[in-house]
Amino acid sequence: MILRVLKNDLGGKIFLLVLMTVLIAVPLLNQLPSESPFHISIYTVTLLGKYLTYALLAVAVDLVWGYLGILSLGHAAFFALGGYAMGMYLMRQIGDRGVYGNPELPDFMVFLNWQELPWFWQGFDNFGFAMLMVMVVPGLLAFVFGWFAFRSRVTGVYLSIITQALTYALMLAFFRNEMGFGGNNGLTDFKDILGFSLQADSTRLGLFVISGVVLALGYLSCRALVKSRLGKVAVAIRDAEDRTRFIGYKVEHVKLAIFTFSAVLAGIAGALYVPQVGIINPGEFQPLNSIEVVVWVAMGGRATLYGAVIGAVGVNYAKTWFTAAFPEIWLFALGGLFVLVTLLMPKGIAGLFSRKKGGES
Amino acid sequence: MSDLLQKDRVYDFLVPKVVDDLDLSHGTVLYMEGVSVSFDGFKAINDLNFYVDSGELRCVIGPNGAGKTTMMDIITGKTRPDQGAVWFGRRMNLLRMSEPEIAQAGIGRKFQKPTVFEYHTVFENLEMSMAGPKGVWPTLVARLNTEQHDRIEQVAETIGLTEHMNRSAGLLSHGQKQWLEIGMLLMQNPLMLLVDEPAAGMTHQEMDRTVELLTSLAGQHSVVVVEHDMDFVRALNSRVTVLHQGTVLAEGNMDQVQNDPRVIEVYLGE
Amino acid sequence: MNIKIFFLISLILAVMPVHAAKIDTGNAAYDAVFETLYSGSFDEKEKALNDLMQTDIKDKKKILEGIVNKTLMVHKKSKKVVWVEKQGSKFQMNDAFSGEDLGVDKKRKFKKFSINNSLRSHVSALISTMDLDSEDVGMRLAAVNAMLANPEPEHAALLKSRLEKEPDNDVKTAMQLGISLANLGHESSEIRMMAIKNVADSLEPAVRNSLLKIAENDPDKLVKQAAQKVVNAQEERVKLFGYIETLFFGLSLGSVLVLAAIGLAITFGVMGVINMAHGELIMLGAYTTYLLQLAMPESVGLALVLSIPAAFIVSGLVGIGIERSVIRFLYGRPLETLLATFGISLILQQVVRTVISPQNVPVANPEWMSGFFQVNSVLSITYNRLYIIFFCLVVFALLFFILKKTRLGLEVRAVSQNRAMARAMGIRSSRVDAMTFGLGSGIAGVAGVALSQLTNVGPNLGQAYIVDSFMVVVFGGVGNLWGTLIGGMSLGVVNKFMEPWTGAVLAKILVLVFIILFIQKRPRGLFPQKGRAAEG
Repeated sequence: MILRVLKNDLGGKIFLLVLMTVLIAVPLLNQLPSESPFHISIYTVTLLGKYLTYALLAVAVDLVWGYLGILSLGHAAFFALGGYAMGMYLMRQIGDRGVYGNPELPDFMVFLNWQELPWFWQGFDNFGFAMLMVMVVPGLLAFVFGWFAFRSRVTGVYLSIITQALTYALMLAFFRNEMGFGGNNGLTDFKDILGFSLQADSTRLGLFVISGVVLALGYLSCRALVKSRLGKVAVAIRDAEDRTRFIGYKVEHVKLAIFTFSAVLAGIAGALYVPQVGIINPGEFQPLNSIEVVVWVAMGGRATLYGAVIGAVGVNYAKTWFTAAFPEIWLFALGGLFVLVTLLMPKGIAGLFSRKKGGES
Repeated sequence: MSDLLQKDRVYDFLVPKVVDDLDLSHGTVLYMEGVSVSFDGFKAINDLNFYVDSGELRCVIGPNGAGKTTMMDIITGKTRPDQGAVWFGRRMNLLRMSEPEIAQAGIGRKFQKPTVFEYHTVFENLEMSMAGPKGVWPTLVARLNTEQHDRIEQVAETIGLTEHMNRSAGLLSHGQKQWLEIGMLLMQNPLMLLVDEPAAGMTHQEMDRTVELLTSLAGQHSVVVVEHDMDFVRALNSRVTVLHQGTVLAEGNMDQVQNDPRVIEVYLGE
Repeated sequence: MNIKIFFLISLILAVMPVHAAKIDTGNAAYDAVFETLYSGSFDEKEKALNDLMQTDIKDKKKILEGIVNKTLMVHKKSKKVVWVEKQGSKFQMNDAFSGEDLGVDKKRKFKKFSINNSLRSHVSALISTMDLDSEDVGMRLAAVNAMLANPEPEHAALLKSRLEKEPDNDVKTAMQLGISLANLGHESSEIRMMAIKNVADSLEPAVRNSLLKIAENDPDKLVKQAAQKVVNAQEERVKLFGYIETLFFGLSLGSVLVLAAIGLAITFGVMGVINMAHGELIMLGAYTTYLLQLAMPESVGLALVLSIPAAFIVSGLVGIGIERSVIRFLYGRPLETLLATFGISLILQQVVRTVISPQNVPVANPEWMSGFFQVNSVLSITYNRLYIIFFCLVVFALLFFILKKTRLGLEVRAVSQNRAMARAMGIRSSRVDAMTFGLGSGIAGVAGVALSQLTNVGPNLGQAYIVDSFMVVVFGGVGNLWGTLIGGMSLGVVNKFMEPWTGAVLAKILVLVFIILFIQKRPRGLFPQKGRAAEG
């Protein structure tokens, strides 16, 4: 099954092999004594785990941008919503260990003098329900938004701009204390997940491995989608939307389905991201974040899926390095990257390696 | 006329939009009656009445801006008319259907500019066009069976692209793209084909083969051809409808039409 | 005479040693007055104030103000009434009457003339009365207005006596209002009735308060009803003026949006190019203002005026640079253009952070920008907002003129409708593109100058406006200046009208949601470009 999905996808095979190696090697190297030159600190493990969730987000964006031609400037919103759903679960796990020691209410609600848990927080103490919401909330938003947008045939830059407006509006909303998601500060001070302490090395290793496995699964499912006839129709829509309509496909439905699926993936990525970084706040909704994701994809190479992973990891590694070494230069570098990639490398890094044509370019 | 429609339409919502049985009992597959549409005050189509019989081959000619392409847009659901009625058979009201629904119901269209999916191979182009369920889920899980495979091979042969099966459509010549598009139409197995300027950019040989193909299609399918090239139209040897300023100026065979004084006036001026 | 007085004083001193020991003004006629002001009860002080008005002290007004402002004090040791001036922890004192320099002393060696609120208003009433006789029209008007704010029945007589002599019409009207207002407290119900009629048009808070009082508990039923009626009518008008004010706020916000969006409307409309760095071009305009003001600190106003052309040039040139170096290689690829220009916006922001400062910079408002125009007591219009609206309209008109009446405009319109055809007609479309981009960017710079007068100027200034600007363009319809104007203005007004109900943030969110829904309904905006050409 997996092999069939990966047929003709050399890049994907290499990527999955590398990912598997990393997933096995990193925990082992972490066990080495810290004097060893091959030792990987738990800090690095968490950092890598964060990159993996970004990579999943990038794959989700590549699915809609690369194959469907929808440049979404609002995917960080789905990521953040997934993150908030996970954050709400983690907040409820704190229980009475918060600063105010209220067993029922998270600290920020006590601070705001709220008397009881708002209705939309109900059920988030249940892990299964929270995980369902991680997928349902971003999916539902994408579905409703897409239903309106695609049905009225908003395309191209218009669509991009309203996706940006969407995430901008959400950011403004989440900044409000009255929304009940912690306002400015967001959700933080998490203690444990399913009873495992988030500070423990073993939990962090576990989250890292899970992120990797989920990334692999996400990649494979996207790959399967792209290989299917639906994937071909998606590319057909990207290249000649009207024509696709006239051979009998309901373009809106195809877009809606793939867009929603992509949003769900983004939500899952967000949910994996939050326990590893330990915080989620409205800053994640920033329009800049969404656009950055697009640049990862452009950098790695559109419509290849594995290119998105290369881009996400590469750009974020550069970001980590730059912000530590030359914090002022980072925005110059990122800005320059935007310009250079679009001007000089329209096919991204993946384009440098493969000269594939057809649906792959 | 509206009375006639009233009898047909008992309750709007009870009538399924796409029906299997077209009811072609009167032998007419397409009715356009009293259709008008205007862009910014300019009447592109003006009280147009146009009927196509089942299995008929029909040519539509007319000077630039006569409304030929707009007429096709209306039939395929791309443009909604300001008034008038458009029925497919006696059961389907095309004005209530979307483009994909109309396509699924059996009206195929070839555009003026050849539009094929350039990044897909010829095979994939044909595969996607194939008649069958085209909802999201069926498309996702669709797998080709041998019969369908054969069908694709067969159509590829008809349009002479068997050798190019695995080439990207973007690499085909202009004429080959035209053919591929006709092939995609055939895959849809439509009741009616709308063909917009198939001869544009074709060599004489290609044109002859196109005439052959279109003529052979008539009979099982209704074929409406919009064309500028008079030689091509003559070669098709079919009924001709002349459009002028969005309305039918004359109808008949080529010779009749050519000798119609109004047609001469429109084409040659006074 | 001096000897006599001295003798008298000595006598008094001898008789009432306690009293006499307190104040020594050097003039026996004043002593008693200031004595009471200094240590009498508040009732006595009020009388003393009236007595003060009867003395021959020259600058009574200054004295009165000194008492209120606590610049007139008593030096405890010398018992002199003195003007004090702070000098470090000490006070410099000058004799209140002779002006003689009496040196410095510690603060605690002085004592003020204590007054309460009722005395304070009594003092200001006395001052206004004095001002009523001033030569200066403005002073007189201010005096009457002060009385209006604090109506007393005795004002009627005061004002009446001066009404006839008054040459200025404005003052006269105000006086008449004052008389009527004072008459609202008259014991005759007929006069009160008349007064109600006379004050009906005034929205002064004092008038409304008095009317409310009458409407609630006037002994005469008819008067009560009449007052109630007027109060109701006035409330309607206050509401109306409230709407006008909101409308005005909305229009000024709308003007900001239009200014920010209109340059974008040109580049997007004509070239189909989304310039994500548009916000940063606005920011550059604002920084141009800042730098010019820095260069000429004495004349911030002139700097502001000069920065309009300067910002146009700076942002315009940067815009042309962006077009030539990046955008022209990306024509026909709008999504890539969007990304590349976003990168440029990041670079521009960082340039400002590195070269100038990551913090907000102060941009001064010249005097003529601050202040307000008082329409009536409930509606005042601030000048800066008024100028913004005006400025926006001027920029709009100029742009409209350029696009409709000049050669460049003709070429721009030609290229925007059909690039290939325009080329065929001999228009150098690449030059037109550069000029258009320069024009749109220059306008963004000008918008930045305007914004510098309203908001904080910082590296993030542009980001705050980019989404809004796009919304305006998209809402109004691409490629349509009127659409941008009407779209921006209506969004501004809607926003401001919603704010009282929902709060500023929620209003903004709702407007965004509204636009998202609106685009669904009308994907081409309020005023779409019609016809077949637009379909492609």
